[in-house]
Amino acid sequence: MNEALVTARDLHKAYDAGRVPVLAGISLEIRPGELVALWGSSGSGKSTLLHLLGGLDLPDRGELAVCGLDPRREDHRQELRRRHLGFVFQLHNLIADLTVEENLRVPALADNRPAAETTARLRELAGAVGIAHRLNHRIQDISGGERQRTAICRALMNAPRLLLADEPTGSLDEATGDTVFALLTSLVRERGITVVLATHERRFAEQCDRRLRVRSGRIEAE
Amino acid sequence: MRFLTLILTNLRRHRLRALIGVAGIGFGVAAMLTILSLVHGAIGMFERILAVDSHYLVFERNVSDMFFSSVTDDQVAALRRLPQVASAQPLLFGLVASGDRPVITCFGLEAGNSRLAKAQWVHGNPADFGRIPGGIWLGARAADFLGAKLGAKIGVGHGEFTVAGIIRTENGFEDGGVFLPLKDAQAFFSREGISSIVAVKLRDETQGAAFKADVETAHPRLMALENREFNQSYTQFKILNLTAWAVGLCAFLLGGLGVANTMLLSVFSRIREIAVLRVCGFSRRQVAVLIFGEAAAIAALGLVAGFALGYGALFALEHTPLFQGYVQAVVKPGMLAGIVVTALCTAVAGAIYPAQFATRIQPAEALRYE
Repeated sequence: MNEALVTARDLHKAYDAGRVPVLAGISLEIRPGELVALWGSSGSGKSTLLHLLGGLDLPDRGELAVCGLDPRREDHRQELRRRHLGFVFQLHNLIADLTVEENLRVPALADNRPAAETTARLRELAGAVGIAHRLNHRIQDISGGERQRTAICRALMNAPRLLLADEPTGSLDEATGDTVFALLTSLVRERGITVVLATHERRFAEQCDRRLRVRSGRIEAE
Repeated sequence: MRFLTLILTNLRRHRLRALIGVAGIGFGVAAMLTILSLVHGAIGMFERILAVDSHYLVFERNVSDMFFSSVTDDQVAALRRLPQVASAQPLLFGLVASGDRPVITCFGLEAGNSRLAKAQWVHGNPADFGRIPGGIWLGARAADFLGAKLGAKIGVGHGEFTVAGIIRTENGFEDGGVFLPLKDAQAFFSREGISSIVAVKLRDETQGAAFKADVETAHPRLMALENREFNQSYTQFKILNLTAWAVGLCAFLLGGLGVANTMLLSVFSRIREIAVLRVCGFSRRQVAVLIFGEAAAIAALGLVAGFALGYGALFALEHTPLFQGYVQAVVKPGMLAGIVVTALCTAVAGAIYPAQFATRIQPAEALRYE
């Protein structure tokens, strides 16, 4: 059995000085190469859990290790975001005035990666996700599906071990959503990347290796 | 893509906002360049009036303005007797009005004064200086604006004089001034037996310390300063310089507020984008570099615009007939360096709070809200 990539024990999180509890004791383990769905309705705590796993937010209580690092430490969070994690959001969160290629270079810029290495990787990834012909287009000039594929491509630029996807199909039509989900699945099957997918859509959750039902800040059953 | 691409993209997408920041810095640069170079030019002209063919200036101790300094004829004679002195040229300053000109500088000097010998005599003869009763000698610029020709009678202050000569000098103040023989000037200004300063040339420059000591021992009411010392210590020059910097810094303060406003709006309008950069691995330091880089780019553009505007204003002033001769812009490398450093510091100071705000953006919180 592979060592767990993510280990969480009794995670708690509340907002508004504790008046709005969101996570109430979540424990989970995610192993390398898994496609895991965090499935639940809006407001169930999926996104918050994903943010904790990615070090975008800090738990109030509980133990957490991601890729062997502690996301509660600033230096470890930096390391996680630069080298180990990729994020995909419901809204693509691309920089509108940059081209597709320039957006893809942002993670490499943060990590000061050599330009030649970055160029080779972005061409390879852009080809794999089907946006090679859009590299010189501005974000506002491409379709919603292409934007989401660009966002996935950006998340993969620094060769992460773990991809955290927060409702990546939420703002897409059904057909485009299927394409994006198929792309995420292929990342797991063909590249061995671990994907944690927060979704409220049952049809996607059911196609994942594991389905964690999140309800009222707890995981109900695996 | 480099950091610069991100910086320029951010400026390009909010052009108007960026232009306001650039204009703020640009006006500060232009104001400082114009004021400082005009002040330095004016100081330079005044220095040259004082220091023609001399090593030391002797004047009344603790006087705030050379126009109020009094050195008696006896003291001038005593200075001439000192063994170190090759020549001592007394000069009396006064201000007169003539025609529609309320302020014209009047120089009272002796016939042998070096500045008369060095001037270009447009009309008249240097040998006649001081020998024509009721005569006045005009700078070429003064002759122009007074509309006076050789031999014409002009009213100056409470008297009437005959134009006995017109001279052209390189110095704007002199060229726009009038010259009287020292005795006539002393009588005209009711300062008989008094000069404002004495320009002293030594036989041997290395004798300066001995000369200075002799002057201060024999004439405790006077002081002797080397030309360089005088330029550094003369209160009026210091006040002018300080005023110029103060006005320029005020202009920069406004520019700095413009940059702060531009950068704050810039940060506020892309909180989500900054959060995304953090998600993509940007450190707080990299975000700060991005914000300071934008401020520095605004400062650089402001410097280019400000220098163009400043040099244009100086050119226009120097070529405006009304000011011709009086305005001499002197731009010194140190002054330019000071302006560049001030502009960059202003922009960076204006970006401190926006950068601080940007680095404190919490990615999760910023991404949660639209």
